Amino acid sequence: MTPAAPETPHGLSFGHELPPEDTPAPSKGSIRVLQLYPRDMNIYGDWGNALVLAQRLRWHGYTPELLEYNVGDEFPAGVDLIVGGGGQDSGQLVIQDDLLSRESVLKELAENGTPMLVICGLYQLFGKFFKTRTGSVIPGIGILDVETHGTDERLIGNVSVASPEFGTVLGYENHSGQTTLGPGVAPLGTTAKGTGNNSSDGQEGARYRNIVASYLHGSLLPKNPALADFLIKTAVERKYGSFTPGTPDDSYAVLARDHAARRPR
Amino acid sequence: MLYFSVPLGKLVRRVSRLRGGGSALPGLVVEKIDPGFMQRTLSTLPLGVAVVSGTNGKTTTTKMVVELLESQGLKVFTNRTGSNFTRGVAAALLGEVDWRGRLDADVAVLELDEAHAVHFVNKVPPRYCLLLNVLRDQLDRFGEIDKTAELLQHIAAKTTGTVVLNREDPRVARIAATLNADTQNTDTQNTDTQNTDTLNGAAAGGPEVRYFGLDDSLLSTFPNDDEMRAAPGSPVPPAPARPGADVVLRRVGADDADFEYDGVTVSTGMKLRGVYNIFNAAAALTLARAITGARGTGTDHAGLLTALSNVAPAFGRGESLVVDGLPLELVLVKNPSGFRLGLKSFPAAGYATMIAINDNYADGRDMSWLWDVEFDTLRDGGVDQLSGSRAYDMALRLQYDDVAIGAVDTDIAAALAAFIRGSKDKPKRIFCTYTAMLAIRRELSKITTVEVVS
Ligand SMILES: [Zn+2]
Repeated sequence: MTPAAPETPHGLSFGHELPPEDTPAPSKGSIRVLQLYPRDMNIYGDWGNALVLAQRLRWHGYTPELLEYNVGDEFPAGVDLIVGGGGQDSGQLVIQDDLLSRESVLKELAENGTPMLVICGLYQLFGKFFKTRTGSVIPGIGILDVETHGTDERLIGNVSVASPEFGTVLGYENHSGQTTLGPGVAPLGTTAKGTGNNSSDGQEGARYRNIVASYLHGSLLPKNPALADFLIKTAVERKYGSFTPGTPDDSYAVLARDHAARRPR
Repeated sequence: MLYFSVPLGKLVRRVSRLRGGGSALPGLVVEKIDPGFMQRTLSTLPLGVAVVSGTNGKTTTTKMVVELLESQGLKVFTNRTGSNFTRGVAAALLGEVDWRGRLDADVAVLELDEAHAVHFVNKVPPRYCLLLNVLRDQLDRFGEIDKTAELLQHIAAKTTGTVVLNREDPRVARIAATLNADTQNTDTQNTDTQNTDTLNGAAAGGPEVRYFGLDDSLLSTFPNDDEMRAAPGSPVPPAPARPGADVVLRRVGADDADFEYDGVTVSTGMKLRGVYNIFNAAAALTLARAITGARGTGTDHAGLLTALSNVAPAFGRGESLVVDGLPLELVLVKNPSGFRLGLKSFPAAGYATMIAINDNYADGRDMSWLWDVEFDTLRDGGVDQLSGSRAYDMALRLQYDDVAIGAVDTDIAAALAAFIRGSKDKPKRIFCTYTAMLAIRRELSKITTVEVVS
């Protein structure tokens, strides 16, 4: 009765479609962006991060190749940039075993300097473990020297972070897991508004090699183009030796940041 | 206590109205001095209490159920828009009871927000509940969508008579399995509407469950949040072995629709616009049929259909006003699925478009949801005007979807005036969040007739 779904080439992104291309200029090269578990870990608009990376790659003159990795998929080769989002508790349970089975490939990519952005739930699972309120321990893949403890308190609201690398980082947090950093990682920054990693030390996110980990949704990258361009520049330099930026028009991003920074928690 | 709580509450209500206050204070007063007031008053209703809850469509659906029941000669008590919390119900009751606390009604139909509904059903177990959907919304309040589903499950568990569930929303349909209800006829060989004869009084230990549902051909119009990542336009595979539904929406036309119940398909004209409103009409029909069926005097189906065809959209839900002799439509958007359905139900071609996004508490402070909506349908005509406290977040969102933007002004009054001035010869449509809609209606009431909602 219902027609069959159109054939989707394996590993290619589906769901949200990218806007049509309108730049006839020759591409400076292509960059493979992999979304980690978008089916189960994409709450609070984390798709926006993938969209921003793809569009800004175009605006810088490169060709984005947007791939997805979901539970049970073959892990694609030649990945230049990885982005992963947050999920509900149920989403984390769904991906948990699969993620552990991908520990070695993700570790290798991380150690080799592949730029990665992991938000909220995947930030936690990139750490050593998540210990729930009831004491059960969900193992992470241990790429980041961080640990997370479940709490009864939900940290919700607008966040502003002072980051030594990226200036003011703006976003929105919504989590009950509280994360503490070990000596192997640096914080992304310190919170000027909002809570961040936990309710005690005023730190938000984690930095390790070219990984940016953060609790911030919003989505994070649209209003923080400096962060997006760091990931893009790193991916392009690793692949092509050097990065020649284009001229994205960030005037709306600047105004959106201005207004967002003035909104209540 | 009982002797003076109602007169006192009514007095506070009068005073607070005179001072232009809201509806909560008198409800608070009566709750404090007479905590049993609401339960005692509602328990006198011969057909009991029906609670309508879910993320999207509560207001229009409640309005429909009320008008359907009134078409059957029933006196219905209901709460007004904007007071869908327990204290608001108590306040609304104060306005309706006589000085001795008696309520002249057959049944109460109450719209309750998920969290408030839980408080309410703990105090007043309803005879009926209608659970519409669970979608990503107000996650800054509820934390997770699965938590919201748990709230609805609690409402169903407290229901003593009939639970009406959306068969097509997996999180809602799943609630049936948690109730100790007798399973209904799932034989769908010839028709997937239930034979209600086998259902009445079937519940043994738990409430009876009835579903409203969609024809397979319409399923793809309602991707739930779990299916958001399916290819656009591709059909959503029907879940295996869906249970039979009491009412199924078979077809939606430009100004009519087909519903199937009792094994026959009937066509009716519809004033409501938007497929999602018409799906909610199937929900309202199911609940109204359950309530009138319990009355024992039969259901006047012709009367139900006439009433259904006359239901006008509620406040801001596809509401159409007239400005400069041309329609101006207000479409309330408050979460990704609502925005997606709004864009799908109201095609942009030929219309001037404005979007107003506020982030006040009632709207939700988090803007992440805008990134879960695709705006490609606006690419052809662009968006003429953006406004609201987060107008620039919206501009940024549209920029990343390559949608052209006319003007941006965070001030709603100024933006609305510019929008109306700039598109005099076109019908207009405004997508707006809740508090942005209140501001827009306030401005519009200066230049056109806007239904007063208190
Ligand atoms: Zn989160």
